[in-house]
Amino acid sequence: MKLKYLVAGTLGAALLSTTAMAQMERGRDGNANIIYWQAASTLNPYLSGGTKDIDAASMVLEPLAHYDENGNMVPTLVDEIPTVANGGVSADLTSITWKLSEGLKWSDGTPVTSADVVFTANYCMDETGGCQQSAKFGGVKSVEALDDLTVKITFDGPKPFPYGPFVGATTPILQAAQFANCMGTAAPTCTEQNFGPIGTGPFTVTEFRANDTISLAANPNYRDPSKPAFATLTFKGGGDAAAAARSVLETGEFDYAWNLQLAPEVLADMEAKGQGTVLSGFGPLVERLMINLTDPDPKWGDERSTVAHPHPFMTDPAVRQALSMAIDRPLLVEIGYGKAGKVTCNVLPSPAIYDSPNNAGCEVQDIAGANALLDEAGWVRGADGVREKDGVRLSILYQTSTNAVRQDFQALIKQWWAEIGVETELKNIDAAVFFGGDQSSPDTFQKLYADVEMYANNFDGTDPEAYMGNWQCSEIPSPDNAWLGGNMPRYCNPDYDKLVKEMAGTADINERARLAIAMNDMLMQSYTIIPLVHRGNVAARSNTLEGVKLNVWDSDLWNVADWSRAK
Amino acid sequence: MLNFTLRRLMFTIPTLLLISFIIFLILDLAPNDPTGNLPLTIPPEVRAQIRTSLGLDEPMYWRYLLWCKQFFINEPLNLLNQWFGWCIGDCENRLRVTSFLTRSPVVDLIAERMPQTLWVVGMSYVVGVLIALPIGVISAYKQYSWFDQFGTLIAMIGFSVPTFFTGVLMIVIFSVMIPQDSMFWLPSIYDTTLKVVDWPSFVQQMRQMAMPVMVLALFNAAHISRFMRASMLDNLSQDYVRTARAKGLKEKTVLLVHVLRNSMIPVVTVIALGIPQVFGGAIITEQIFKVNGLGQLLIIGIQNSDIPLVQTLTFLFAVLIVIFNLVADVLYGLLDPRIRYD
Repeated sequence: MKLKYLVAGTLGAALLSTTAMAQMERGRDGNANIIYWQAASTLNPYLSGGTKDIDAASMVLEPLAHYDENGNMVPTLVDEIPTVANGGVSADLTSITWKLSEGLKWSDGTPVTSADVVFTANYCMDETGGCQQSAKFGGVKSVEALDDLTVKITFDGPKPFPYGPFVGATTPILQAAQFANCMGTAAPTCTEQNFGPIGTGPFTVTEFRANDTISLAANPNYRDPSKPAFATLTFKGGGDAAAAARSVLETGEFDYAWNLQLAPEVLADMEAKGQGTVLSGFGPLVERLMINLTDPDPKWGDERSTVAHPHPFMTDPAVRQALSMAIDRPLLVEIGYGKAGKVTCNVLPSPAIYDSPNNAGCEVQDIAGANALLDEAGWVRGADGVREKDGVRLSILYQTSTNAVRQDFQALIKQWWAEIGVETELKNIDAAVFFGGDQSSPDTFQKLYADVEMYANNFDGTDPEAYMGNWQCSEIPSPDNAWLGGNMPRYCNPDYDKLVKEMAGTADINERARLAIAMNDMLMQSYTIIPLVHRGNVAARSNTLEGVKLNVWDSDLWNVADWSRAK
Repeated sequence: MLNFTLRRLMFTIPTLLLISFIIFLILDLAPNDPTGNLPLTIPPEVRAQIRTSLGLDEPMYWRYLLWCKQFFINEPLNLLNQWFGWCIGDCENRLRVTSFLTRSPVVDLIAERMPQTLWVVGMSYVVGVLIALPIGVISAYKQYSWFDQFGTLIAMIGFSVPTFFTGVLMIVIFSVMIPQDSMFWLPSIYDTTLKVVDWPSFVQQMRQMAMPVMVLALFNAAHISRFMRASMLDNLSQDYVRTARAKGLKEKTVLLVHVLRNSMIPVVTVIALGIPQVFGGAIITEQIFKVNGLGQLLIIGIQNSDIPLVQTLTFLFAVLIVIFNLVADVLYGLLDPRIRYD
């Protein structure tokens, strides 16, 4: 007996080094601590649009496919991504067929079937449930199970980008058995399910404390027997970004901190302590100025900021171009974002394939050029240095949400605009009100009762079709559509609308890129949207944590199964 | 006395109803929106659906009445069911006050966080009182001595330096500057999942409580020690003190039996009136040290326009304030025989 062990032991040692042995094992690295300074409120991403909740849930629940750190789609619960080429997407672009991998199990040991996928679609498409991801299911006519592992999604028209539902962390698969009684109006009453969903991801929930801490343990039925490396994981929430950064970079109590939107010098100081590393990744998020092409003057009453009354001076392209030329974008990046920002001259800077090469040159501030442009357009400086033409003064109300960086930007830009003879009044509004869309509030970003506003926006996933569609004529917010719509500048150009329609019928990725670039160029060259900073996501990881890849296209924790402790 | 108490209790009912309505009005009229903090990528139609599913389409008075029904009828019935297993009416599908943010019953969220708040904020109150009383007594007895001057200085610092400064200062000293393997190192983040089962976990609990408790205790002690000192000074110059000394009582007896007891009357009131604050949590301190207490819950609720949560929490605070006002009045009567309410 002893001899047998001895022989086996020597053989084993000869074949595998001890570290290789250790790597085979699930849960070999003990506990990891993640801190999100916004605490997770639920683990059901269909009931919460918050990034914190979606990210937390992504460790437990998984979609059919997700995006990797470069924005490429990779299979998660399927073997391959359906495309027109492999027959998964029908030739007329109206349906997509997903085939689940064989042998997948939920963390409770039951098999994953196409019925779960169908259930999830019906769960979110139930209008009474208040599903926050229902936009992802836009245009879906039906979702049906062809057999135990095959799901066919049919759209109500050609869908050149059919990867809305079940791709990315926002639309993971729920277990039908667990959520069966949570359809529609019953959705919010299922506290137990929403706080502890059964999933296929690398971790399972052991304890969920709403708005505070989630304790997780490795999923015993995870499809890769050697993962995850951590046996348990603590997901702590709350506090503020500075404290979260400190806990990773200075005190070393935590391994990973999310979304550290801090002053660049603060982060650099903390990183210098040597406990951890600051990571940054760039998605499509752009801080931009939106020029109001309509007149926000209160004298128009209900017709304020509607297309009924063109703006007295913003309709002059020379004014808009001069405003853009006067801005020193590299300085804004340096002051506001440091490593987390880049200068951009496009409103669609990313993914790389959509980044237009045609607008370079905005990097350089050109006050003299801007002044010359305004002189040429007939705007003459008055006694107080403010330019006028036909009794119209270049006086701007410039609004944004309350946020230290944004107020710094306002102050700087006000000063630059003063140098070209434009008078600026600043206003800042609490973010919850500004972005809140309350019909009765005059201060929402849709109503835009100002001449210029600044905020950042982006889009989910990697496809910009819906995002670029925001600037069609039909998207202009007005009292008629209850101020909904994303076309804040009230930009309306039939040529632009034509490109949007063309993109909706084009499947070829290169052709789509050409169209998106053309649309971006139209907006940029009309100076109705003035891009300022391409903003990145910033996170910090402890130097002892390995395998972290910051992903801006999906959940921050998309590859948490691959994380491990450095030896 | 009993009559007085009952009369006051009766009076609190309309007061509290009025308070609940005012809180509701303030929250409802504030230009805020529960979908305001969602990412911009969620389109407006979906936002409208979410608002409908949260019941925000109903008229205002209806939502107020619904909250009243949920809070005053359904929640107590649910508590009876949970504590004693009594089931009155349809106890399975009873609609409870539900948070917009977590979609879970608000009362459960509060119950989950109550222990941390009581431990940390309550402990800081106790520590604060224990520090404040001797400082107040000695400062008054040795007025203008170096001890008094020093006590005044500490009290002024406690009053004027905000907790968001002292808290971060302590983190920088105890968590960042002191190396982690030192015994003086303290965690900057409160581990809410820690369960005290043995000696090491108890020590760890004490360590993680140390900083938030000290920060808050400094503030509380500053407050109470000034009251104690002022009250002692008032009494020390009274005639009965001279009489007691003239009778040849020991100085210790004069000070600790006669003067202290009489001086405690106003101080006890102040302490009692401060207790609701303990339940209210210390919003800033809890936020700094990431203690999952009620204050943190309240601020998260406010930031996300979680109206049912904020409504319920503020109302509970109002209840506590009203009750402890009554308690303070009753205590006053009990401690001071000269005061009679009947």
